[in-house]
Amino acid sequence: MTRTILSLIVVAFAAAHLLAADWPQFRGPHGNGVSDEADLPATLDAAKSIAWAADLPGRGLSSPVIIGDRVFVTSSSGPQQDRLHVFCFNAKDGSKRWERQFWATGRTMTQSKTCVAAPTPVSDGRRLFVLFSSNDLFCLDLDGNLLWLRGLTRDYPNASNSLGLASSPVIVGETLIVQIENDSESFAAGLDAATGVNRWKLDRPRDTAWSTPAVFKDKSGRLTVALQSKPGVTGVLPADGQVVWSYENGNAIPSLTAGDGVLYVPSRFFIALQPDASSATPKELWRTTSLGGGTSSALLLGDRVFIVSGAGKLTCGKTVDGERLWSLQLKGPFSSSPVAAGEKLCVVNEKGLVSIVDVSKPQGEILSQLDLGQTILCTPAIANGALYIRSDGKLWKLVKP
Amino acid sequence: MKQLSLAGLAALLCLRLCAAAPTDIAGAIKVIRAVGPEGRGNADASAAWKTLAVADAGHLTALLTAMDGTEELVANWFRAAVDTIVSRELGASKKLPVDELVKFVADTQHNPRARRLAFELVARIEPATAEKMLAGMLDDPSLELRRDAVHRVIADAVGVAVAGRKPEAIQRYQQALRAGRDVDQIQEVAKSLRDLGESVDLPKLFGFLTQWKVIGPFDNTEGKGFAAVLPPEKEVNLAAEYDGKSGKVRWANHTTPHELGMVDINPLCGQLKGVVAYGYTEFNADKARPAELRLGTKNAWKVWLNGKLLFDREEYHRGMQMDQYRLAVQLQPGRNTILVKACQNELVEKWTVEWQFQLRVCDHLGTAILPAAAR
Repeated sequence: MTRTILSLIVVAFAAAHLLAADWPQFRGPHGNGVSDEADLPATLDAAKSIAWAADLPGRGLSSPVIIGDRVFVTSSSGPQQDRLHVFCFNAKDGSKRWERQFWATGRTMTQSKTCVAAPTPVSDGRRLFVLFSSNDLFCLDLDGNLLWLRGLTRDYPNASNSLGLASSPVIVGETLIVQIENDSESFAAGLDAATGVNRWKLDRPRDTAWSTPAVFKDKSGRLTVALQSKPGVTGVLPADGQVVWSYENGNAIPSLTAGDGVLYVPSRFFIALQPDASSATPKELWRTTSLGGGTSSALLLGDRVFIVSGAGKLTCGKTVDGERLWSLQLKGPFSSSPVAAGEKLCVVNEKGLVSIVDVSKPQGEILSQLDLGQTILCTPAIANGALYIRSDGKLWKLVKP
Repeated sequence: MKQLSLAGLAALLCLRLCAAAPTDIAGAIKVIRAVGPEGRGNADASAAWKTLAVADAGHLTALLTAMDGTEELVANWFRAAVDTIVSRELGASKKLPVDELVKFVADTQHNPRARRLAFELVARIEPATAEKMLAGMLDDPSLELRRDAVHRVIADAVGVAVAGRKPEAIQRYQQALRAGRDVDQIQEVAKSLRDLGESVDLPKLFGFLTQWKVIGPFDNTEGKGFAAVLPPEKEVNLAAEYDGKSGKVRWANHTTPHELGMVDINPLCGQLKGVVAYGYTEFNADKARPAELRLGTKNAWKVWLNGKLLFDREEYHRGMQMDQYRLAVQLQPGRNTILVKACQNELVEKWTVEWQFQLRVCDHLGTAILPAAAR
């Protein structure tokens, strides 16, 4: 009983440290690509929109994470990509507040397009949890003090993917959840956020996957973590890893998107699921092939869902039935996922072209574009009215001119 | 008020949950060095780390020394403390103990990673001192320091070559080739030497095993051959004949001409899918010694040394690179047997055709260990 009360206090304390304007994880505060803020810059201008640009070493396609006035980002460097960097920049001027470096303890081999700094960190507002493709996991406070670390390949020697890993960790209360999917030793684990020790560990299908878990409340109000890989999607309880439902359709690359108790699965079809506590099989609300798909994950904005294909077709559909509303051709190719605030959506193609799209218009309308001139594979972040985008060598803050 | 209350409660909770931190550096180091698998000892280490992080710069070499004999997981704890101290001290315009750090770098008995870290600290404060140190690091046990030293020699060789002083350029490139351990540097130097008309024996330089006995194909339908204990795993009898996937199979000699020791099984067994083959070789060691077997393959594999399974991995066609897997072993004096199981899956895409492996014997730095007869 005492432990339960203490846990609740910790969760409440952690929640009190996240601000509405923060971007604490991959695809934002709700993991659906949408900021709680009202707006994005409508106009981007090379001379006036770039508030600052900071240099980064080596490689990196993780997204920035923003807590208050701090911007966190990771990189990997060195001939073997075995130098792992965690940076904290001041949001105001891009000056470096601190940097920590670590040595990779797991395998650093990846396919050439990706790199060791592929997963995006997650923060609960007090701590930063940083995972690399080498399965090195670090917990730091926001001032860069090390709280704990793990070497997951050291503990589970076959848990690696020669193409590289990219699934980002998520945090639910005092449980940090990692999804390490590969051909040889796949697992998901819930770690004690205070110590990094396993609370639970779950065998997963032996297949490659790069999808980030989705945290959501199902129809019955139960907080669930959905784990996706190619064979399907599994719902687990974050506290103990208990499997509560499973579904036999999934995807290895784009992540799940959740909202209002509905889980959107980007499999061969785009599928809306409604899990609830009464059934071990989620109810399938609809499925469609008309919304397209690719590497990027779907964005959920109110009653609409947005998907960017690899070739750059942005498609808007209705969440109620999957009906396609409109499509807008953008310049591709795309690897990253769209983000949005208010009715403005931001997408960045692999060539570094940033586009702001007004999705309140009947067919969508490109409001502005800015060519950053570098290869960009990362999903942008939004905080305090600004956009944060990184390439291998740069981190930019874009603001209203 | 509400926030204050929450903060107070959290602080009380922290007091309740956090382990008592050692207040002395030596005690804190001991606690961190005791960190074990799966986060065991993390809570104590986290508390101990705070003691290290507030130490002054005078303790830097103690923290660097604490990395001696530790694995990199543990060393990362100390590295974070070093970074934290350095950042704070330099931010406060305090000085780092450069002389102590230089002495630490010079002592090659220390942890190579720690020495490199100390070197980088020296380079931040006194770049000229660091640059001077590199000149003597061509044979350094820190691969990162050695790499930079080799880079200097390569740059020198390029300059001499451009100036038309070919014999000097060759001499410098050969010096770089002897010292280099990183694959990319070695390949760069080998190309330069060949462009200058010199020959380079890369298989020997890397220590690739090029002479094999190969047998197959055995059945790997539905991937079941990976786990199956097939005849060569029970006994290596080079005169034996077995039932293979589509008929009798027997061992055949194979010497790979590939520059990086690639054993391509497709031409030997036919371009097949859903199959298993074995490669067998012997390595004559002049003495008992620690070594590494370094394997590269896109196929699922198992490797045995002297009949003992070293590691196995069931991953197909996710990429390959030289030294992809490093297997630490102890060679016995005289004859050592090496058996490689290479499995091919049943996918039909173009990128799943390769059925091959490369294997070399070297020390932990990547220095080739040659068989006794080849010395």
